[in-house]
Amino acid sequence: MKVPVEMTINGRSYCGEVEPRQLLVHFIREEAGLTGTKVGCDTSQCGSCTVRLDGIGVKSCTALTVQADGSSITTIEGLSDGVELHPLQEAFWNKHGLQCGFCTPGMILAAAELLRTNPSPTRDEIRHGLEGNICRCTGYQNIVLAVEEAAGKMGGS
Amino acid sequence: MTMRVFGSGIRRREDPRLITGRASYTDDIKLQGMAHAAILRSPYAHARIRSVDTSGVEGQPGVLAVFTGEDTDGVLNGIPCAWLIPESDLKTPDHPAIAKDRVRYVGDAVAVVVAESRYEAEDALERIEVDYEPLEVVVSPREAAQDGAPQIHDDVPNNVAFTWALAGGDTDEAFSNADVTVGDTIMLQRLIANAMEPRSAIAQWVGPTGDLTLWSTSQNPHIARFLTSVVTGVPEHKVRVIAPEVGGGFGSKIPYYPDEAVTAFCSMKLGIPVKWTETRSEDYQITTQGRDHVEEVEMAATSDGKITGLRTTVYAGLGAYLSTASPGIPTILHGLMYSGPYDIPNISGTIYGVFNNGAPVDAYRGAGRPEATMLIERLVDLLAAKLDVDPVEVRRKNFIPAFEDGHDVATGITYDSGDYNATLDICLDAADYASLRARQADARKEGRHVGIGVGTYVEICGLGPSQVAGAVGFQGGLWESAIVRFHPTGKVNVMVGSSPHGQGEETTFAQIVAGEVGVDVDDVEVIHGDTDITPMGWGTYGSRTTAVSGAAVAVATRKIKEKSKALAAHLLEAAAEDIEYEGGRFFVRGSPDQHKTIQDIALMANVAWDMPEGMEPGLEASAFYDPPNFTYPFGAHLAVVEVDAQTGHVELQQYYAVDDCGVQINPMIVEGQVHGGVVQGAGPALWEGAVYDDDGQLLTGSMLDYALPRADLLPEIEVLSNTTPSPHHPLGVKGIGEAGTIASTAAVYNAVMDALRPLGVSGVDMPLTPEKVWRAINQSQNGG
Ligand code: FES
Ligand code: FES
Repeated sequence: MKVPVEMTINGRSYCGEVEPRQLLVHFIREEAGLTGTKVGCDTSQCGSCTVRLDGIGVKSCTALTVQADGSSITTIEGLSDGVELHPLQEAFWNKHGLQCGFCTPGMILAAAELLRTNPSPTRDEIRHGLEGNICRCTGYQNIVLAVEEAAGKMGGS
Repeated sequence: MTMRVFGSGIRRREDPRLITGRASYTDDIKLQGMAHAAILRSPYAHARIRSVDTSGVEGQPGVLAVFTGEDTDGVLNGIPCAWLIPESDLKTPDHPAIAKDRVRYVGDAVAVVVAESRYEAEDALERIEVDYEPLEVVVSPREAAQDGAPQIHDDVPNNVAFTWALAGGDTDEAFSNADVTVGDTIMLQRLIANAMEPRSAIAQWVGPTGDLTLWSTSQNPHIARFLTSVVTGVPEHKVRVIAPEVGGGFGSKIPYYPDEAVTAFCSMKLGIPVKWTETRSEDYQITTQGRDHVEEVEMAATSDGKITGLRTTVYAGLGAYLSTASPGIPTILHGLMYSGPYDIPNISGTIYGVFNNGAPVDAYRGAGRPEATMLIERLVDLLAAKLDVDPVEVRRKNFIPAFEDGHDVATGITYDSGDYNATLDICLDAADYASLRARQADARKEGRHVGIGVGTYVEICGLGPSQVAGAVGFQGGLWESAIVRFHPTGKVNVMVGSSPHGQGEETTFAQIVAGEVGVDVDDVEVIHGDTDITPMGWGTYGSRTTAVSGAAVAVATRKIKEKSKALAAHLLEAAAEDIEYEGGRFFVRGSPDQHKTIQDIALMANVAWDMPEGMEPGLEASAFYDPPNFTYPFGAHLAVVEVDAQTGHVELQQYYAVDDCGVQINPMIVEGQVHGGVVQGAGPALWEGAVYDDDGQLLTGSMLDYALPRADLLPEIEVLSNTTPSPHHPLGVKGIGEAGTIASTAAVYNAVMDALRPLGVSGVDMPLTPEKVWRAINQSQNGG
């Protein structure tokens, strides 16, 4: 009934026996105990659960744990090296890109994905790039400014 | 350097844990041996329960227990309402935590399963058989109040929970003498708060000691403690409520819900910790919603545009049961605000609070004031259109002139301070109003439909004087308390009873302490959200936290300063009158070298080796701050839209927000509150609305169907401000949390109507979706 899985999250290896129907976000939160990744909805709309899976930003509520078997995942806890903040984290802090912080891990990972595919987005492109992530607190304005600042620091222009 | 920290937009102290995923929200907490609850909910909006058969659940994998209304009946008390407005014939029908005989909205709880995992608990729910006998349903609050409407509670005739009236001046006379009158029926649709963190509760009952701990997504843990005690019967001193990190609330995390009580019940029955977390779809069904007004409104004026009267009849939907604060929202926080920024001598209103078959309605960002602002600002625009003058001119003609210390309005309240022309001037300048109008005229020539809308407002916040709270039936006080504790090393802990959840008061309160006694902001840690650690407080809502709780922090810190002065005098062998303070140093007048820093004082007070006669050791102070009046922030917002007449699509192109929230402690945070508020108010004007069908089924039951604002739909918001200090507040602060939401619905709505007026459209119900706008245009073009 249960299926063995193994994956690397933030550089550490995690294995477990899971039900085939288990969502990846639940493995990350419940089995690996990495609760920085959030669950904000049950229809894949909010983006709170965004992580990096084998280098690509994905909503971890849209994947099953078994589909991620053997993969390498980065969550918000692993985005910085533990000493320095990632430029996106720093920029969200500088620009007041968060209020309650619940959407923030997903928003930062989604922004990282945006900058991976478009290192120097315009403000308009940032707004479009983040349309899959919902924030109810900030009205998005400072999030856009934060992503712009981070893009500058990360070598885009 | 430290002195400037008060008033500067420094980065938030709460952010490092939030941006690194290290913050703990309720659902992130895992206790040893914790089980998971899932709640079976009624699929009917109104039905009698014939039977509930749980036998299919027994022996299912992981299942530990199943409970129904039979089990909680007589064990849990009803879910109380805590705002019993007087002189309104208020009815408070029973609200059981789990329904036993009858369900009254889709989502009403019918049974709960506790299992080893959430997946197993949800599986088991499917095996419970409930036999329902569907009953007639009513959704519109206006229809619900009519004779012959389905009865939701047997002891509430015509579903009218209360009738609340307000009268100032002689409105009838104003209308019979009016040169012009304008009127409208305004529908303020139901809104779903959508705090991004779903609600969650963990209950841990320790039978042998009788202690109940509840982790809860609450905006007001002390109120939750009190109500948990009332509902479960566990004495208040044995209940501990912890609101850990809370992911937004916007009012929806004020109420005490059946779910918390049921979670506590399960833990008490089983003797193990139990967690319940709603799904988003569940949130849409059960978490309190906002607005739901049908407002029949009219305004009287002279031919030159002086407003002489305002009259309303409002049907305010309450949902199936009274929620914690619901009766106070459409009355005290709505009716009393009918004067807005205007001098209106005659005002009357009748507000019916009406049960209907939907989720309970309670405070949602702005709570009553957006509903008031919308009707006033809509009528002012209709009046301007009727008189064919610029809507800005009608506003100027009727604004209350600037005042610094008190102005009475016809609804019987006293505004603290205001300068309504100033915020409007700043707004029109920033937007370059004259060229906007010119651009609009040019666009019209090209057949394009640009609209400009203004929303001016006054709101009531800083709730509030406790004596008034009592007089208007609020079953609690509205003061706040704070403890400021200096450690021997000069570092500071501040414990507050309020419970911020995104508003940044860990930073602003540290700035207050820094500003008062010159410590570094980084040396102050603000603690909130745990009833065992923090002093009493009434919670974070109504834009009251910085205004009321912040005042308590300031007053407590000033006590510290006084004691420090006295101790410095003793240590410096000077008279207390000769001690001066500047920038964290206490010195003898005329000889600044002879000084003690606040850190020196903290050390000496804590070791207490050399205290003056009669002075207690330690450097700690507490304050209980009960505001002498409410605060009344105000402002002027302006929106520019363009409507595509072919498709009905509305583009929000420009937005200017000018708010006066009194003295600003951290302008960056103020601006952030405005951004979020504006978007939450623009949402309902253009996109958002909870829709129930005639059977009471929620058609907008998920994020797929409920149109939340997204980044790509919004323009950049230009935020400006003015500062008119509150005369009665220790720091001159008023409050900013809700301002954006209060102004923006009206500004955006008025902008769209401004665009549509040349097309012959004068009113469309919100949200102004392409379909509705297109239909309205077509109807008017076809002579409808
Ligand atoms: S939780 Fe994955 S998109 Fe909302
Ligand atoms: S910061 Fe609260 S939802 Fe984005």
